[in-house]
Amino acid sequence: MSTHRRMRHRATLFTGIATTAVSILALTACGSGSSGSGSDAADGDVTIEFAQWWEPELPDGEFRALIDTFEEENPGITVDLVSGPYASTKEQLFAGAASGTMPDVVGLDGAWVSDFAEQGVIADLTPLLEEAGFDDSQLVSQVKVDDSTYMVPVVNFVYPMFTNDELLAEAGVDAPPETRSEFADAAKSISDLDGDAAGWVLPLSLEAPNGVQNDVMSWAWASGGTMLDDGQPDLTNDDVTSAVEFIGGMWDDDVIAPGSFTMKEQDKVEEFTNGRVGMMIDSLAHINLIRESNPDLAFSISAVPAADDYTGERGIPYASWGIGISENSENKDAAAKLVSFLMSEETNSELSTMANAFPGNTESVPAFVEDDDLFKDAFDIYQAGYPANEFVGLPVAEELMRQLGAQLQSAFDGQQSLSEALEKAQTEWEGEF
Amino acid sequence: MSLRTLTPPDPETLVTGALPRKRRRLRRAGESYGFLAPTLILLFVLMIVPIVMVIGYSFQDNVILRSSSEFTGTANYVTVLTDPAFWKATGNTVFFSTVSVAVHLVLGLTFALLLNSPLISVTSRAVFRALYALPWLFTAAVIAVLWRMVLSPNGIVNFLLNTDVEWLADPQLALGTVTFINIWAGYPFFMVSLLAGLQGIPQDLHEAASIDGASQVQRFWNVTIPQLRPIIISLLLLDLIWTSQQFALIWLTTGGGPIDVTEMLSTYTYKLAFANYDFSLAATAAVLILLMSLVLAVLYVRHQKARD
Repeated sequence: MSTHRRMRHRATLFTGIATTAVSILALTACGSGSSGSGSDAADGDVTIEFAQWWEPELPDGEFRALIDTFEEENPGITVDLVSGPYASTKEQLFAGAASGTMPDVVGLDGAWVSDFAEQGVIADLTPLLEEAGFDDSQLVSQVKVDDSTYMVPVVNFVYPMFTNDELLAEAGVDAPPETRSEFADAAKSISDLDGDAAGWVLPLSLEAPNGVQNDVMSWAWASGGTMLDDGQPDLTNDDVTSAVEFIGGMWDDDVIAPGSFTMKEQDKVEEFTNGRVGMMIDSLAHINLIRESNPDLAFSISAVPAADDYTGERGIPYASWGIGISENSENKDAAAKLVSFLMSEETNSELSTMANAFPGNTESVPAFVEDDDLFKDAFDIYQAGYPANEFVGLPVAEELMRQLGAQLQSAFDGQQSLSEALEKAQTEWEGEF
Repeated sequence: MSLRTLTPPDPETLVTGALPRKRRRLRRAGESYGFLAPTLILLFVLMIVPIVMVIGYSFQDNVILRSSSEFTGTANYVTVLTDPAFWKATGNTVFFSTVSVAVHLVLGLTFALLLNSPLISVTSRAVFRALYALPWLFTAAVIAVLWRMVLSPNGIVNFLLNTDVEWLADPQLALGTVTFINIWAGYPFFMVSLLAGLQGIPQDLHEAASIDGASQVQRFWNVTIPQLRPIIISLLLLDLIWTSQQFALIWLTTGGGPIDVTEMLSTYTYKLAFANYDFSLAATAAVLILLMSLVLAVLYVRHQKARD
């Protein structure tokens, strides 16, 4: 073999080995991403990780600024924000729960709490907040599993009733309905108008089944009802039955916008924004979206109507940005200080103002309430009632909604009665519990 | 004085200065494996390991989310195979896949024959080819959003037909509608492949058949189809494998509903994993789908081998 050929041979061999080595290195690098909770530095300072999906949803830099304030007030504690979209945060937390590498402080959705608590990966907050000197009587609500608090809602996005003023006026309805009968009459009057507007909109998509929570169960909660009995499913009780039969009545009257079975929340908002439905139950977070999309639309906010004879406090469905502490955290005291800071009257007011949401501290008042009539109305409703979302803290909450949604679809399609639908959903739910 | 036994030098080494043949062969094999190593490692890490892990999960309970999982034998398989929802999803998948694939073939072949007609100029052929191939260029998410809007109760289809049909939300229509959307999205693949096949059929065969007195229809069945058969079989098997695993389109249009009329094996498995967080049962369903796909894959590979 000539020297030239030998060198070429060596060069190709070297290239092959180098490529292999690079591949192995790349794969190793992929598998060895840094994980785990915060650490103690040599000088006694601690760094805690806070994973949440809130930062990307807030105006640029505002959440970091709030955390900077915390760091100034608590020298020695550094907060490393791990921010990502909701879905990524969820995946990251579930993976972290399995591998024992959950960040110290975690943003939580109520639907995850039961699973995390059962796995023992999130800590009971009551003793931790007590040690941090925080009075938990200021909290609007606490999410408990087996009598231990695992999540505190930091801010709440409530779901009141939106009404299209123009359509209501055309239909001869002077004021937003306050009772179920008034609502059914108003929906019928709107549907009877010339044009293609429907009275109400009911998204029952099985891909995103939260319509069952916000648009179906809200009717039961608004009348002080419940779908649980001592923490167990109770779908066949009078509260749920009367709410579902009320919706079934409207379905039979054909006052619900078409396409319900595959409709999602964003479709619902679009139907309302374009003036194709007169009334909807929706998140307050969409007020600005509706205003931007259709500046000419005049609409009002009111409480979800209650049963005709109901006079008590009304439950208002809500979604939360919740917070919890990892059981594996080595710096639970620092983590509890961060939670106390975020739940304090002043910070919580600021955060709820940034998020256009309602505070998790009873004494906090968001600034937008002073400037905006619709938000003021909503805040009045919020304060007059109580946040109600019984899906929070339940196991596989989304699947429960999907199961009930599928049974209701089957009943509305005429394949079974509503009571049969509730009985079947009850059996399915009992299996999940 | 002791005698040292000397090994005689390899004559080839002496003459050419090259390494002995055995060493050379070993070295060459080493080089070959060196070059193959990156691919083999990637295949091992990205294919073999996950597949083995999923198969392993299907025989355990409480996997991934709990640290204490136990071997449960075939219990997960019994649970999945006795679940009516699994069989409903299997039935829907079979309907969705076979109808989609059959219509893909008919439509793809029809358009390919039209485009291959000598009556169409080269420029028109290029324009029509691009036009007909358009659906193939969209991703599933775009197709889903597009058709959701087009077929919504207030959409353009109902406007043009002056109807208020709930194409995707009506339990009687939903499966047919998603199948139609999938047909629309997938026929260009058949069309482009079959057009290439048609253009490769020697003209002599058609001329010979014409001289023998064969009609257009006879030439189609006795010349065109036999010449296209290898391509058609490959396309049918590949499309069956792909369509039976369609997830994004179903999930984004109906989510498996209304009720369960568009539930496919893919959405059924997804819900087990990411709505129920039951990764053991999801792994079991995935292994069952793998076995079904494997039958098709084996048929495909055998067909390819036969062709070679």
